[in-house]
Amino acid sequence: MSDNIVAEIKKEYIYDLAKRDERVDGRALDQYRNISIETGIISKAEGSARVQIGDTQVLVGVKIQPGEPFSDTPDKGVIITNAELIPLASPTFESGPPREGAIELARVVDRGIRESGAIDLAKLCIEEGVKVWMVFIDVHVLDHDGNLIDAAALGAIAALLNAKLPNERYDMGKDVQLLVEDVPVAVTVAEIGGKLLVDPCLEEGQITPTKLTIIFNKDDAVAGMQKSGTGMLTSEQVYQAIEMASKKSKEIRKKFLKRS
Amino acid sequence: MKGKPEKLIVKGKRLDGRKLDELRPVKIEVGVLKRADGSCYLEIGKNKVMAAVYGPREVHPRHVQEATRAIVRYRYNMASFSVEDRKRPGPDRRSVEISKVSRESFEPMVIKECFPKAAVDIFVEILQADAGTRTAGINAASLALADAGIPMRGLVSSCAAGKVDGQIILDPMKEEDNYGEADMPIAMVAPDNITLLQMDGHFTKDEFKQAFELAKKGCAQIYEMQRQALIAKYGAEGKR
Repeated sequence: MSDNIVAEIKKEYIYDLAKRDERVDGRALDQYRNISIETGIISKAEGSARVQIGDTQVLVGVKIQPGEPFSDTPDKGVIITNAELIPLASPTFESGPPREGAIELARVVDRGIRESGAIDLAKLCIEEGVKVWMVFIDVHVLDHDGNLIDAAALGAIAALLNAKLPNERYDMGKDVQLLVEDVPVAVTVAEIGGKLLVDPCLEEGQITPTKLTIIFNKDDAVAGMQKSGTGMLTSEQVYQAIEMASKKSKEIRKKFLKRS
Repeated sequence: MKGKPEKLIVKGKRLDGRKLDELRPVKIEVGVLKRADGSCYLEIGKNKVMAAVYGPREVHPRHVQEATRAIVRYRYNMASFSVEDRKRPGPDRRSVEISKVSRESFEPMVIKECFPKAAVDIFVEILQADAGTRTAGINAASLALADAGIPMRGLVSSCAAGKVDGQIILDPMKEEDNYGEADMPIAMVAPDNITLLQMDGHFTKDEFKQAFELAKKGCAQIYEMQRQALIAKYGAEGKR
């Protein structure tokens, strides 16, 4: 398809670099791009965060409002994660209903929040069977320069750490911080020419046959994984990717994810 | 849905009597549909799935075709009656994601260069679901591709491992999936090519390793059954 063309020459160049443990933007194989996170930038949202990983830029807003629980979980709150790859963010994104890329992005971000137990859904119950807090996590990609999953996941947890339950607006007392029980961090590793590298930039992301995203909890346990792409990995590569990602997740959590 | 059973593992046995590292009973039949170019019906435990392959055939819409190789398309679809509460027909976000990762589990194996500008369409219908439908679908699709005579580098075999009551198990069924602590479907092609890997829940690194190795063993057993199913249909090697 025409939307993801990296010239053959560039592709060969990136593979040649990988052979020498080098990368197109000069990073080491296990080197993440610079990260910056700003939280609380959308005052209308209950929580928000803008994450930059290199030139990739993602804005995550969290809206929280009371609603009806699902009939099979009457005593639990609801988390709904959505992602939009809006045409503002890349010449290759088109408007219209989300396609599989956006759906996968939202579902992997959701998996990290849900499976890590970051939000205790039982604590979001207001009145069993009648009213619970609904937490909407909306991922807006602003600038797509690669590795959207990590950026979106980081934005989601940062926005949740920044979020308040809007009790006042609904006459339920004072606003309180949303309780966040764990801090999942997703790290994506790409395979290029047999080498593994963290945080693929746009060009690397386009040519890599295989990416593996691994989501770690605070206790260094794995909360979620997703292999993506048309290639394959050996078992050894899977184990190696986990070690690389584990190390990076700890660094990122320590440096960037504190309660704001 | 009934409440959580107190224990999912009693004296090393699971609710359906299986050992921790045991697959559910599998039944496979290759070439069951007349109109499809290749097809396969597969049961594993209470899962019943049907896979059909059409192709190589002309691509519609034409702009998605590729000049030098075939495109592979995969549609995972659950019948509305396949689950306890009726599922609304048509693709939802879950099935879109499953279709994507399932397609990707085949992409490195189908020799796409054989059919420039063509499409290989894989359709998987889940007729009855009891946890593990994506892996069952992949196993059936793999055989439907072989039945259609699509050149492949190997048969894709798929299986999940999970964690219940703190123990690592092979091939979780519905109760174990609902009340378990982790679920990890994988797909592989012998000897050691992982083409699908997903996981949710909670695994320590050691538990991950144990589950990953167990799931690979499960795939090896599935592979043997797939091979037998092809032999049953087409005769042993060298014979016709």
